[in-house]
Amino acid sequence: MWKFTVRRLLITTPQIILLSAIVFILAKMMPGDALTGLIDPTLSQERIAEMREKLGLNNPWYIQYRDWLAGVVQGDFGQSFKYQMPVTELIWQRVINTFWLSLVSTIMIYAIGLPLGIVSGRYNDRLIDQLITGYTYLGFATPVFIFGLVALWIFGFMLGWFPTGGSVEPGLEPGTFEYILSKLHHLLLPSLSIALIGTVGTVQYLRSEIIDTKQRDFIITARAKGAPERRVYNRHIFRNSILPIAAFFGYEIINLINGSIFIEQIFSYPGMGNLFIESIMLRDYSVVTALVLLSGILAILGALLSDIILSVVDPRIRIK
Amino acid sequence: MSQKQTQGDIEKAVKEQQEEKQEQKSPSGFRIFWREILKDKLALVSLIFFVLITVVVFGASEILDKAEVTRVDPFNIYQPPSDEFLLGTDQGGRDIFGQLMIGTRNSLAIGFLVTLLSGIIGVVFGVVSGYFGGHIDNALMRVVDFFMVLPFIMLVIVFVAIVPKYSIWTFSLIMTAFLWMGIARLIRSKALQEKELDYAQASRTLGSSHTKIIFKQVLPNITSLIVVTMTLNLAANIGIESGLSFLGFGFPKDTPSLGTLLSYTTNPITLEERWWIWLPAAVLILLLMLSVRNVGEALKRAADARQRRA
Repeated sequence: MWKFTVRRLLITTPQIILLSAIVFILAKMMPGDALTGLIDPTLSQERIAEMREKLGLNNPWYIQYRDWLAGVVQGDFGQSFKYQMPVTELIWQRVINTFWLSLVSTIMIYAIGLPLGIVSGRYNDRLIDQLITGYTYLGFATPVFIFGLVALWIFGFMLGWFPTGGSVEPGLEPGTFEYILSKLHHLLLPSLSIALIGTVGTVQYLRSEIIDTKQRDFIITARAKGAPERRVYNRHIFRNSILPIAAFFGYEIINLINGSIFIEQIFSYPGMGNLFIESIMLRDYSVVTALVLLSGILAILGALLSDIILSVVDPRIRIK
Repeated sequence: MSQKQTQGDIEKAVKEQQEEKQEQKSPSGFRIFWREILKDKLALVSLIFFVLITVVVFGASEILDKAEVTRVDPFNIYQPPSDEFLLGTDQGGRDIFGQLMIGTRNSLAIGFLVTLLSGIIGVVFGVVSGYFGGHIDNALMRVVDFFMVLPFIMLVIVFVAIVPKYSIWTFSLIMTAFLWMGIARLIRSKALQEKELDYAQASRTLGSSHTKIIFKQVLPNITSLIVVTMTLNLAANIGIESGLSFLGFGFPKDTPSLGTLLSYTTNPITLEERWWIWLPAAVLILLLMLSVRNVGEALKRAADARQRRA
């Protein structure tokens, strides 16, 4: 296991370096540079040239890359010219909202996916399984943004059950019970949209796993020993099938990031995805660069985490 | 005399045998696909629906005048559906029905294009990786792994935003750059199995070049997998394109697509009250994706003899 972990880490390091290089090249291709956020229109040309020199913008690319990387490692992503504040600070303000959205979505994904998958696998080919399979079939073909849009239209606008934007009712004191309740209320519809579409893979996986395990010898043995049906399912079948699902969580991170871009946009939810679209529209590129890099690193670490957990759970997949 | 007769007999017998073989020959891949679709009513209906929609939107786009459809008409802003405007109008007084026709055509066209491009790259990449194996395979698969973990939507959006001279072609290329890995992985694992089989080994022993074995022998044998995967990819790509256009990073602003029609919902009043602008596009995306997937699933079953229904 340690051998695998070390090998897997060895793959991760060049991945992150390559990602940073791509992001750096993209940042260089974007119009404007680190100065754009600082510039004051009253400054003279000489002063600007002086500042360029001071910021190292005239250096060769490899020195610029090194300096940029050194800054990034210390959490310095430059200035946002739209908000006139350090990018790191700006992202911190938003990241917490996306964190809550992702957390609630993830909880829902499992809260919906596990029971549906288990029921579907246990009672396969009966009516209830056919209903669940129908749902996963539809869910698999539905893009999350269309589902979110229709959900917002029906439950937000037509029925008025949920707020149609923002992350909290304005004017509430942070920390109070109403504040938390309002936050949850704002979170519910967006995360439900992500979860109902995102859970489909979990349901399908669990179903086929359980159907597969049901016919294995060790289950027949368990039955032959006289284990009651409940015990057979809870102790023998589910335990075998649920572990890999827990491990898939890391791979889900990339889906959560992609999903949150659409969902935050639709529900005008002030998180990272929303900030990303807003910044790219306003050409606030230092924010864009930081967000792409952070999301990329999150996704790479997520895959790493999943691979390692999976190798612990299932020794067959350890790469050589 | 008798010798000649015997020879004739033998020839005749051989010929008969050959004819017999011809009759017993297993049906061609296309036949199997077709039989499975005929058997699966849902797939058949889906195929008919998809072909119908494709023919209608491509035909209608030829008839409709694009300039006329996208012309701003300040006297007919936000008209609900009527006899004059079958699906009403948008904030520029433009006819939604016309936009839906041209938009669907554009979305389908780009879906086909991206599927084809990413398919070609993925297949070549996968087949080379799987066929040669070893270090080449290892190196190529690390590239695939890397692309797989990239935050795909974000990078596509960044590229779309900064690419100079942005056009439908650059858009397809950007999408393709991040969508070839799935098929590459699939083809690679299939090619890995295929090259161990007798026919590939025999061909190698006879001195065939690698290029010949890969493209003339291995590739034809995995065609069914390629067709199935590309069909399923087509469904996904239609969704991805409309998603990107919805966010405003797909088709250029003046070009209608299914996604741009949905992007009108950034105005909450449009989402709440003017369903005719966005709902038809949303429903159409869903139906198109579902129908392509239905066909794809039937093909998938056909490609695997154990799962065939027909």
